[in-house]
Amino acid sequence: MTGPNSLFGPLDPAPDAGYVDAPKRKGFFTDTSVCIGCKACEVACKEWNDVPENLYEMLGTSYDNSHSLNANQWRHVAFIEQPAGRPQRPAREQVDLGMPTVGAAPTGVAEEEKPDFRWLMSSDVCKHCTHAACLDVCPTGSLFRSEFGTVVVQDDICNGCGYCVAACPYGVIDRRRGPEGDPKVGIAQKCTLCYDRLTDDQRPACAQACPTESIQYGDVEELRERASARVATLHEQGVMDARLYGNDPDDGVGGTGAMFLLLDEPEVYGLPPDPVVTTKDLPAMYKKAGMAAVAMIGGAALSFLGRRR
Amino acid sequence: MTRPTSEPTVEVTHGGSPGRERDHRRGKRRGRGGGAEQSMVPDADFTSYYGRPIVKAAPWEHDIAYYLFTGGVAAGSSLLAAGADLTGRPGLRRVARLGSLGGLLASIGFLVHDLGRPSRFLNMLRVAKLTSPMSVGTWILSIHGPFAALASAAELAGMLPSRWQGGPVRLLLAAGRPAGLAGALTAPPVAAYTAVLLADTATPAWHAAHEDLPFVFCGSAAAASGGLGLLGSPLAEAGPARAFAVGGALVELAAERRMERAMGLSAETLHHGVAGRWVRASITLTVAGAVGAVAGRRSRALSAVSGAALMAGSLCTRMGVFEAGIASARDPKYTVVPQRERLERGEPVRHHE
Repeated sequence: MTGPNSLFGPLDPAPDAGYVDAPKRKGFFTDTSVCIGCKACEVACKEWNDVPENLYEMLGTSYDNSHSLNANQWRHVAFIEQPAGRPQRPAREQVDLGMPTVGAAPTGVAEEEKPDFRWLMSSDVCKHCTHAACLDVCPTGSLFRSEFGTVVVQDDICNGCGYCVAACPYGVIDRRRGPEGDPKVGIAQKCTLCYDRLTDDQRPACAQACPTESIQYGDVEELRERASARVATLHEQGVMDARLYGNDPDDGVGGTGAMFLLLDEPEVYGLPPDPVVTTKDLPAMYKKAGMAAVAMIGGAALSFLGRRR
Repeated sequence: MTRPTSEPTVEVTHGGSPGRERDHRRGKRRGRGGGAEQSMVPDADFTSYYGRPIVKAAPWEHDIAYYLFTGGVAAGSSLLAAGADLTGRPGLRRVARLGSLGGLLASIGFLVHDLGRPSRFLNMLRVAKLTSPMSVGTWILSIHGPFAALASAAELAGMLPSRWQGGPVRLLLAAGRPAGLAGALTAPPVAAYTAVLLADTATPAWHAAHEDLPFVFCGSAAAASGGLGLLGSPLAEAGPARAFAVGGALVELAAERRMERAMGLSAETLHHGVAGRWVRASITLTVAGAVGAVAGRRSRALSAVSGAALMAGSLCTRMGVFEAGIASARDPKYTVVPQRERLERGEPVRHHE
């Protein structure tokens, strides 16, 4: 079941993968403007999916102690500490800032006592791309497209070749390195959008646990509308930095199943600004490789031709 | 609650918060704007999340780089072996067939080592997927391998004492030529697919090279296998190996130049650090090997030395390209800046009917 847009362009992934009468495509809308960085999503994900603790790696750079999305971290809350009045102001004396506040500062606080910075918090997750490079390059068929349009790894089939790791334009999927004794060490792991819960009409664990509804789960089509409405509201309120990420079905990966409302450029959150699925260029690559292969045979023939012993 | 005193800057910028020791070194170098390895272009101004990588580097050991080399030697040797067989050059045929077998066995060894256990190679044959260059490559290798191995087995059988060459061994000897020809026809894809294997990733330096990498790799394979022919075959029969090697070296060098121009910012990674050293060594060895091969037409010793240099140059090319890709994935600059520039030029990648 392949169409003209199977490698690039907008399409509904589940029918393209061959599902007949597939349910509506499911996904996440993560509204980072209401994320409070509580990490309930990270914990719920680990609990439900039995994801082991992360390898202990102290970064010493920020309040972000879970590092990145990886095999042992299927949800990752980014903590970005930013000056309040951007663009850059001159560095000032270091002061004890107290606990960070969220949203509008309480009234009655003198201007100079307000925090001179803001927190951006964002719960990142696998994007469940319309054109998923990880799935396309998997040589064993371990990665598959579910009927919900999501991308899932079958770890009993995965070879641990690591090709998906290098192919993902978002750096989501990874090969599990530890802890020792874990049966899935050496196997590619990432968010399944709680495939097992979805088949039971349940919400994914992270969305279920999110106390502020920063993580919303539902039909991708509907979430896109909800996301646009939320951006419009924020713009009305004067939050002009609000923008959507991953919602455009015409973008480099054909739109993602997990979209985000961001308050700054994507790269600030560790997201690529405008990723393109690598398989978009695959036909061109095969063509060039074919040309090189033919040239190599020709070169070998030429080396022997016109030569007497 | 204080921010780290060494980082009073307000914007979270690249290299601002080095995470690991590897990043720490890099952050320092960039921060002080100096050192032996100065970049050719000014440091790109961009934002990142504490300087941490965006795409993940391929979790591959050097096995894969060695595999790229041994696969190239095996493929080129299969071609040379078939040519030598058809044109009656038994000396060249012997070294090429043995080189093809050696390259093949080493390749499978490196692949299996990277995967962890042999059954995982077989597991790859449960599907055939055109969108996965690794799947395509596994099948190419599985089709080419038996033919090349059969031809090499025939060569080994021919080395047995004549009283053992009856019965099944004679059958094997007879199969040598057809197997060798089939092996030769299936050989170039073995050398070429590895370029697609690397290019079909989000690793900036590899993907940016996708137009020219197949020519670099095929040229490199020809140079290495021709080099092996020069190293091992008698001078009287080495002519075709010499031509193949020198032609391959020229293609490799020219394609590498072209590739660097096409790569944009990520071409930097071919000049820095470990990758830079491999690439410089590769160019030196390949040029020296090619010149030596032409100049040493009448000298067995010079031919052999040139052949060895060409082989070493090919290995260095593979190592250089491999390391450059890993370096480009570890630095978010190579992911963010080209995408940002593309957006600012007003060419966002969008689907057009």
